[in-house]
Amino acid sequence: MNVKDHLVRSLAKSVEDVFSIMLGASVVAQPVTFEKGAPDAHDGVVSFIGVAGSWVGTGCVACSPALACRVCSQMLMTENTSVNEEVLDALAELTNMIIGSVKNDLEQELGPLGLSIPTVVFGRNFRTKSAGHAEWIVQRFRWDTDELEVRIWLTPSDRPAPAPSHAAGPAEFVGI
Amino acid sequence: MESDVLIVDDSAAIRKILQRVLRQTGVAIRSIYEAGDGQEALQILQTTRVSLVLTDINMPKMDGIQLLAAMKGAGGWPDIPVVMITTEGGETKVSEALRLGAAGYVRKPFTADQIKEKLAGILPVAVAL
Repeated sequence: MNVKDHLVRSLAKSVEDVFSIMLGASVVAQPVTFEKGAPDAHDGVVSFIGVAGSWVGTGCVACSPALACRVCSQMLMTENTSVNEEVLDALAELTNMIIGSVKNDLEQELGPLGLSIPTVVFGRNFRTKSAGHAEWIVQRFRWDTDELEVRIWLTPSDRPAPAPSHAAGPAEFVGI
Repeated sequence: MESDVLIVDDSAAIRKILQRVLRQTGVAIRSIYEAGDGQEALQILQTTRVSLVLTDINMPKMDGIQLLAAMKGAGGWPDIPVVMITTEGGETKVSEALRLGAAGYVRKPFTADQIKEKLAGILPVAVAL
C-alpha cells in the first residue's frame, strides 16, 4: 500500500476517533492538501510531536485559543475561558492521541516507531519550522464553526535504527 | 473493601480524566494518588500501599516500562497489579509490558467502559446499599 495514502486515511480516522471517544464530539474533515515549506505565521496554540524509527517525521495540531479552551473544557469537563497550563496540557494530550493512533496504524506497515513527548506553543504571530524537508500532509477539521488543523510529514530515515523511547524535540520556533 | 489507586501519567489532563472515569466504574475507591513519571510513582509506593497502578508508557525521567520492571523486580511490589494506559499499541511495547507482568493494557483514546472492563476482576466492585 502507498504510505502517503495510508497516512491520509489514518489521519482522518484518528482525529475523528479521538474527538468522538474523548470529547463526545463529531468533526467534519475538510479536503486534504499537501504543502512544502514552513507554515504561515500562527496566532494561537500549536502542539508538536516527533516520530522516530525507520521512518521519521513530525505531527502537529494547531487551533485558535478559543478552540483550545473548548477542547479542554469538553475533555476534562471543566470550564476554561483562557489558555492556561491545563488547556496546554489538554492540547498536548490530544496531539499525543491523534498522532499516536496514526503511528500505531502505520506500524503495521512500517515497523516499530517511537513518539516524542509533545511540545505546545501558545502565542501571537510566531513561525514554526521543522528541520525535515518533506511535504506536509495537511487536513483541517470543522467542529461546528471552529477549525482545527492537523499536519504531518513522514519520510524514511537516512539511518535506520531502533525507535528510541523518547525522540528528540521536533521543531524550532521563531518569534516574529 | 475500598481500594487505593495510583495513576502515573505525565499529562495532568489524562490523570484528571482517569480520576473521573475511576469514580464512574463502580469500584469502591478510597484514595487516588497521582505521579507525573515513574520516579515519582516509586517514591509514592515507598510510603503508600495501593491496590492498583494505572500507568502511561511514554513519560520523561522514568517511563512506564521501567516503572513496571522496577515494581515486578527484586525489592519491588510484585503483587500490585499494573495496567498500562497508553497510546503505544505496537506489538513490541505491549509484549514487553505483558512479559514483565502487566495485568493488561488499554490503548488511548479510551472509553469509560474499556477501563471498567479492564478493572473487572482486579478491584472489588462497590456494593450498592
